[in-house]
Amino acid sequence: MDAVLLARIQFALTIGFHYIFPPLTIGLGWMIFLYQSRFQETGDPAFRQLARFWTKMFAISFIVGVATGITMEFQFGTNWAAYSRFVGDIFGAPLAAEGVFAFFLESSFLGILLYGEKRVSPKVYWFSSLMVAVGATMSAFWIVVANSWQQTPAGYRIVAGRAELTNFWAAVFNASTLPRYFHVVSGALVVGVFFILGLSALMILKNKHTEFAKRSLKSVLIPSFAVILITMFVGHHHGFQVSQTQPAKLAAFEGLGETQTEAPLLLFGIPNEKEERMDFAVRVPGLVSLFVGGKFDTQVQGLKDFAPEDRPPVALTFFSFHLMFYLGLWFALVSFIGLVLWWRNRIFESRLFLWMAALTVPLPFIANELGWMAAEIGRQPWVVYGEMRTADAISASVPAGQILASIIMFSLIYSLLFGVWIFLLRKQFNKGPGPLEGEVA
Amino acid sequence: MQALQIIWFLLIGILIIGYAILDGFDLGVGFWHLFAKKKSERSAFIHSIEPFWDGNEVWLLTAGGALFAAFPPVYATVFSGMYLALMLVLLGLIFRAVAIEYRNKVDYPVWVKFWDIAFSVGSILPSLLFGVAIGNVLRGLELNGIGDYTGGFFALLNPFALLCGLVGLSMFALHGALYLAMKLEGAVAGKASKWASKAWYAFIFLLATVLPFGVKECIHGVKEIPMAFILLMLVSNSCVYALNRKGRSKAAFLTSCCTIALLMLAVASALFPVIVPASNNPELSLTVYNSSSSQLTLTAMLIIALIGMPLVLAYTVFIHRIFKGKITVVDE
Repeated sequence: MDAVLLARIQFALTIGFHYIFPPLTIGLGWMIFLYQSRFQETGDPAFRQLARFWTKMFAISFIVGVATGITMEFQFGTNWAAYSRFVGDIFGAPLAAEGVFAFFLESSFLGILLYGEKRVSPKVYWFSSLMVAVGATMSAFWIVVANSWQQTPAGYRIVAGRAELTNFWAAVFNASTLPRYFHVVSGALVVGVFFILGLSALMILKNKHTEFAKRSLKSVLIPSFAVILITMFVGHHHGFQVSQTQPAKLAAFEGLGETQTEAPLLLFGIPNEKEERMDFAVRVPGLVSLFVGGKFDTQVQGLKDFAPEDRPPVALTFFSFHLMFYLGLWFALVSFIGLVLWWRNRIFESRLFLWMAALTVPLPFIANELGWMAAEIGRQPWVVYGEMRTADAISASVPAGQILASIIMFSLIYSLLFGVWIFLLRKQFNKGPGPLEGEVA
Repeated sequence: MQALQIIWFLLIGILIIGYAILDGFDLGVGFWHLFAKKKSERSAFIHSIEPFWDGNEVWLLTAGGALFAAFPPVYATVFSGMYLALMLVLLGLIFRAVAIEYRNKVDYPVWVKFWDIAFSVGSILPSLLFGVAIGNVLRGLELNGIGDYTGGFFALLNPFALLCGLVGLSMFALHGALYLAMKLEGAVAGKASKWASKAWYAFIFLLATVLPFGVKECIHGVKEIPMAFILLMLVSNSCVYALNRKGRSKAAFLTSCCTIALLMLAVASALFPVIVPASNNPELSLTVYNSSSSQLTLTAMLIIALIGMPLVLAYTVFIHRIFKGKITVVDE
C-alpha cells in the first residue's frame, strides 16, 4: 500500500478514536459545574452526589482522551513532515496556545477536582470544576482554529514554498472558525448531556440506584433539548458558511452533480460515482438554493463544475453528512418527548421513552464523528484548501512499512483501551453513587 | 528578528527543561515502581504523583507545539526522522497515563499487576528514548536538501546515543528517588534515599563515560560555555549527593532540579545556534536562523508566552501547595 493512504488511515484511526473522549468530557465537565453550582447555591447534598458520580465517569473517560491526545500532537511531525514545513508558521501557534492557555489550566484544576475535595474550601472546589470545563472548552477553540485554517485559510501569503502569517487575527478568525467552533462545542454538549440522560434512564430500567437516577435524568431534560436546538441552529449557520467558502464540499454534502438554480435538497440517495449521479434519490426541489441564497432561483455549483482531481469523494462525504443530520433530528425528538412526558408527570412510567434514551447513548458520539468525517473528507483532495494537496503533505523519510507497523500498534492499544474504558464505565454504573451525605473516601 | 529567534530557542529550552524537571520526577517514580516490593508501597508511589503527572506532561505537549510553531522544519525533521522511536515513546506515555488512573479502580491482583507493569515500562521507555533522541541530535543527523532524515532507523541506535539514553534514564531515576524520599514517610522514604544514592553513582558513571565521547564527536573540542555548565552541574550534583546523605530530602530534590536544568543548558549551548546538525554536510544543518518561523509569528507567539507562562507558573505553584505534605504508606 502506498504511504499516503497509510498515513491517512493512521490519522483517521487515531483522531477518530481520540475524538470519542473530548466531546464527552466537555459535555460532562459543564454538567458537573452545573451540579456544583447548584450545590453551592442550595446546599442540597443531592447535587453534590450528582457531581461526584458524574465526576467519576468523567475521570475514567478524561484519561483516555489525554493519553490519545499526545499522539495527535506528535502526528503532524511524524507522518506529515511536508505539511508541517508548509504550514508551521501558522498552524503551530494554535497548538502551542492550546497547551499554554488550555491544557495547563485544565490539568491543574482537574488534579483538585479528582483528588482535592478534602484539601480545599468548597468555593475553591467549585471554582476548580469551572476551570476544568473552561479549559476543555478553550482547548477546543485552539484546535478548531488550526483545523479551520486548513479549511478556509486566511491571513497569510505564500513565500518560498511555505505559508507565512501576515495577519494573526485574520488567520485565527478565518471564515469557518466561529461557525465550526460553536457547532463543535454544542455537539460536544449533546454527547455529555445525552450520556447522562441515557445512563440515568438505563439505571431506572434496571432498577438500580433509582432515586439518584431519577434526579439525574430530570436534571438533563431541559439541557438536552436546549443543546440539541442550539447545535442544529449553529449547524445550519455552519452549513451556510461552507456553501460560501467551500462550494465543492457543499456539492458533495448535497450530492449535487450539475450546477443549477432551484437546486433540490436530497433526503436520500446512493451516490453512483462511476456515472456521476444519484441513484434512488428522494428530492425536495429548490431547498438548497433557498438555503444558499435565500431564493429558489439562486444558482448552486455542482460537482461537475470542478475538475475531477479537485472533487472530494462523494459517497463518504454525502453519507456522513446526511447521517449526522438525521441523528440530530432523532436527538431533538428524544429530548422533546422527554420534556412532554416530564410535563405530564409520566416520564418514569414510560419504559419506551427510557429505552429510547438508553439506546441513544452511543449515537451522539457517532454523530460527532460523522460531522468531522463530512468536514475532513469533504475538504479532500486538499490538506490546506486550495493550497496544498494531501498527497504532497506526507513525511518522505518514513517508509510505508513503519507506518503500517504503527497502525497495527495503535489498533491494538486502542482496542484494549476501548475495552477497558467500557468495562470501567460499566463497573462504575453498577456501583452507582456513594451515599448522599458524608465525606469522599 | 535575530533576537526573536534566539529568544525562541531559549523559550523552547525552558519548556524542555520544565518538562525534564517536572515529568522527570514522575517518570523516575515509574522506574522505582518496578522495584517496590510491597503493594502498599506501590500504592503510595502512585498516590504521590497522582495530582501532578498530567500537568507535568503538558510541558511536553507545549514544548512540541512551540517547536512546531517557532521552528517548523526542526519539528518536521526530528519527528519524522525518529519515527519508530517516537511511536515507542507514545506507546509508553499512553500506557503509563492510563495505568496511573486505572490501576486503583479494580482490586483484583492480575488487574493491578498489569497496570503496575504498564506504568513502569511506560515510564522507562520514554526516559530512555528522550536521551537517545538528544544524543542523536547532538551527534548530528544525515539530512537531504529538504531537511528529511536519510540515515535509516538503525543508524539511530549508535553507542553514543544509547549511552545518552542511559544517562537520561539514570538522571530521572535519581530525580524520582529523591522525590519519593521527600514525599513519603518512614522506612520507605529511607529506602528511596538509598535508591537515590545508587542512581547517583550510575548517573555519574554514565556521564563520565559519555562526556569525552560528546566533546570529541559532537562538539568537536572543548567549548567554554557548555563546559562551564557541565562544571556547575557537577558541583550541583555533588550537593545532591551530600544533601541526600544528610537526609535533607527537600533540598536534595530542589538541587536535583538545578542539576537537570544545568545539564540541559550544557546541551543547548553546545548546539547553539544549530538546532539539528547535518552530519553529512554542515550547510544543510537546521539552525536558529534558517529554520525559524516569520517575525510576525514569533512575535505573536512571544505575546502568547508572556501572557500564558506566568499563569502556568501560578497554577503549578498553586497545585503543589494544595497537595503539599507527606504521604503515609498504609500497610495492609
